[in-house]
Amino acid sequence: MTRRRREAYLGYALLLPALVVFGAFVFYPLGRNIYLGFFRNPPFPNLPKRYVGFDQYGEVLGSSDFWNSLKTTVLFALYTVPTGIALGLGLAVLAHQKLKGIAIYRTIFSSTVATSVAVASVIFGTLFNPQVGLLPSIGISPNPPILDNPTWALPAVALVTVWQSLGLTFILMSSGLQAIPDELLEAAAVDGATPWRRFRQVTLPLLTPTLFFAGVVGTIFAFQSFGQIDLLTQGGPLHKTNVLTYFIYSELRLHSNPGTAAVLATALFVITLALTLIQLRFLERRVHYVR
Amino acid sequence: MSADRAVRLTLRYLVLTLLALIVLFPIYVTVVNSLLPGADITARPPKLFPSNPQWHAYADAWSDGHLGTYLKNSVIVTAFIMAGQLLFSILAGYAFAFLEFPFKRTLFVVFLATLMVPLEVTFVANLTTVTDLGLYDTYAGLAIPFLATGFGAFLMRQAFLQVPRDLHDAARLDGYGHLRFLSRVAVPLARPAVGALAVFSFLSAWSQYLWPLVVTKDDRLRTVQIGLKQLRNTNIDHVNVTFAGVVIAALPLVVLLLIFQKQLVRGLSAGAVKG
Amino acid sequence: MGRVAFESVTKRFGDVTAVDDLTLEIHDEELLVLLGPSGCGKTTALRMVAGLDDPTDGVIRIGDRVVNDVEAKDRDVAMVFQSYALYPHMTVRRNVEFPLRARDVPKEDRDSLVMEAARSLGIEDLLDRKPAALSGGQRQRVALARAIVRRPAAFLMDEPLSNLDAKLRVQTRAELVELQRRLAATVLYVTHDQTEAMTMGHRVAILNRGVLQQVDAPQAVYERPANLFVAQFVGTPPMNTIAGEVRTGGNDVVVHVPGGRVTLPAALGAAVRRKATTRDVVLGVRPEHLVLGASRPAGNGSAGEGMGTADGAGLPATVTVIESLGHERHVVCRLEDGTLVIVRQAGDEPVPSVGARVSIATDAEHLHLFEATSGSRIEP
Repeated sequence: MTRRRREAYLGYALLLPALVVFGAFVFYPLGRNIYLGFFRNPPFPNLPKRYVGFDQYGEVLGSSDFWNSLKTTVLFALYTVPTGIALGLGLAVLAHQKLKGIAIYRTIFSSTVATSVAVASVIFGTLFNPQVGLLPSIGISPNPPILDNPTWALPAVALVTVWQSLGLTFILMSSGLQAIPDELLEAAAVDGATPWRRFRQVTLPLLTPTLFFAGVVGTIFAFQSFGQIDLLTQGGPLHKTNVLTYFIYSELRLHSNPGTAAVLATALFVITLALTLIQLRFLERRVHYVR
Repeated sequence: MSADRAVRLTLRYLVLTLLALIVLFPIYVTVVNSLLPGADITARPPKLFPSNPQWHAYADAWSDGHLGTYLKNSVIVTAFIMAGQLLFSILAGYAFAFLEFPFKRTLFVVFLATLMVPLEVTFVANLTTVTDLGLYDTYAGLAIPFLATGFGAFLMRQAFLQVPRDLHDAARLDGYGHLRFLSRVAVPLARPAVGALAVFSFLSAWSQYLWPLVVTKDDRLRTVQIGLKQLRNTNIDHVNVTFAGVVIAALPLVVLLLIFQKQLVRGLSAGAVKG
Repeated sequence: MGRVAFESVTKRFGDVTAVDDLTLEIHDEELLVLLGPSGCGKTTALRMVAGLDDPTDGVIRIGDRVVNDVEAKDRDVAMVFQSYALYPHMTVRRNVEFPLRARDVPKEDRDSLVMEAARSLGIEDLLDRKPAALSGGQRQRVALARAIVRRPAAFLMDEPLSNLDAKLRVQTRAELVELQRRLAATVLYVTHDQTEAMTMGHRVAILNRGVLQQVDAPQAVYERPANLFVAQFVGTPPMNTIAGEVRTGGNDVVVHVPGGRVTLPAALGAAVRRKATTRDVVLGVRPEHLVLGASRPAGNGSAGEGMGTADGAGLPATVTVIESLGHERHVVCRLEDGTLVIVRQAGDEPVPSVGARVSIATDAEHLHLFEATSGSRIEP
């Protein structure tokens, strides 16, 4: 056997374990989801499911529940992604100053990376609780209470999400700032630019690769959010926090509708993929890379 | 220093401190409330400092709240997942960086494509697969979908590509086979990336929520994230126990991240700065 | 334009003193070169004028204004960085325009000022390109254009030529000098290259380890270095230094060196006598002032003042290496105690052979004398 052949076999062998896992748990499910979507589930268990072709797809994707869920998910992303990036950037800029003891602040600002979604949700869930929470003491006592409030539930969940991911966003933005050579900002200062102008005309343009990355990844994560919904609002009140992931889960586990869940899962995949591709296409053009 | 300068400096510190307090506030409240006796928690105005710390909430969370078990489970599953991810990513990264074979490009794209397919999409089918394999309510079932990661392969490939070509050639002349080169040269040189991957892997495995939720029913196998949900639901009247549980659940992550800050930052920057 | 002044400026970074009690004035319309080896504090000094670092002690003036508490952006100086610091995401035009926009100069004025600066530096054709598409030399011109586009009180240049290749460096050197004269600009120019210092500066200020060694016109620094450091730093090939011991006997002051004795001229001798404690000294002679002669047998190698004349006896030495540069030759000779001495010969002088024993002589007026411990010059 030639060395070439041996090398190729070795290459495939090294990739094999990962490919097996991917095949079984990533790609096969994609196909199986589509397949499962062809079957409508009976109202009672133990009855066979019925093949209905694309009918179920049409039903589910045309339903108001679906569109409501999609809208909620998009809204959730709009609440969390720009806010998260802006706050992370703001903190990163403030912590980028050369001050004594700045390292402590940097550690504090990145600290939420040690919290998981579950941890953050349980904490805030309790804080939002009308009986034992702290909101009433600062004068916030909406009626109904925040997590049961159709207007404020989603923003509240968004707040929890933003707080929990703040550490991560901060670290990301800080790395981006580090990558900008100090000399450029010094040159801008000597050239007479105010701190704000330096930020707007030098820092920000050179930060666009990081912002872009944060935006794309942030949107993907927003569309995948689940834990906080499950712990805080369970999709309610009145489906106001019924993001796609929770919808899928509730159809599967709470209503025993694997068919519907599968259709929704496929929809989620397509939407996330489309969004990512769109972002990659249209936004990357505006990114300036530092050579 | 002029007075003007001093004022500006003070202002900066003030802003920084204010923001730091806001960020820390939820954590602070959690710790404080975990130490407050039951009655104090609902006191108005709220008590911001435990005058009489009650440590029993922690004991309650640990034993009655089964947090000890949950932690153990999380550790086992996370270890499983980390081992798989590190091993498979190193092997795959090596193949992509040092070996030539047909369809290498395509296969790499396939690896990256998996990043686009999250668990939230695949869990529906995965649940069936895992159940059919008899792995429902098992450690293996908790870990198996995550044993490989496209991000890990990407990171390791990146790191291995930094190993100078000359080193590889010299090793070959010295009679090193691929596997020896991998273990003796490539991996040691890529240690920072391995560290970053390990941290990242730990973080995502430890924080998992959806999968443990759907693939385990037995309380004995619950991981700590789901355990928190359980704890909260059974301790609505004892918020301090819930908060104690939160602290216990978060502590391992806090400690680990404090130690491995650098690796974490490196892992994150790998994606961001290169673009 | 205006002057720039350091008044007892010190800069400490923790335990390290980068600049030590520097008092120096750059006159209006002068190009003053701050010269020294790396780590000597010259860049730190420059940055303090720019406002990028603050002095630990002392006062910095631009014009007559004390600027210690003035922000960099308000100091009205322009800086050319070693790596040019061009904004990579902006075109050349926007780069050059940046300082004007920062001051809210109206568009029409901006455009004409940018064109003027561009024309001064010959970069009109590059205005719409980005820095990544420019060569090193072109980038440097853009950096210069950005600096001159407004008329600042002073220019600060941090080793602007060090990233250019040798040929371009020579050419740009001349252009910079011409630019400075044309603009009648006050320039503080930092470099470690003494050729740049000697050819470009009206005056040269030499720094070593944060301490100012000497500040004077280039020729003066060359001909009368204030201490051993300056003597050996300025001049290529460097000044030869020979350790010696002073013996005063009779009327003459004589320095004993390896292989012989050197009688000091009266005035210099008197100066040495005045410094009663001085015994160990260092003799300095520049390579071009040494003459090679055939070696003389035995003898103590001294006759009259100086190291003897060309046909008198000089110091005995052996030729070790001959470096031929075409128009001139460097003959490296070894004295009796192993000290290496370089003699510069014109290309058309007779070539000695390697290993030959020769004698090295010079005239009294070319002798420099330094105290061995402090390195400072001994002068009549």
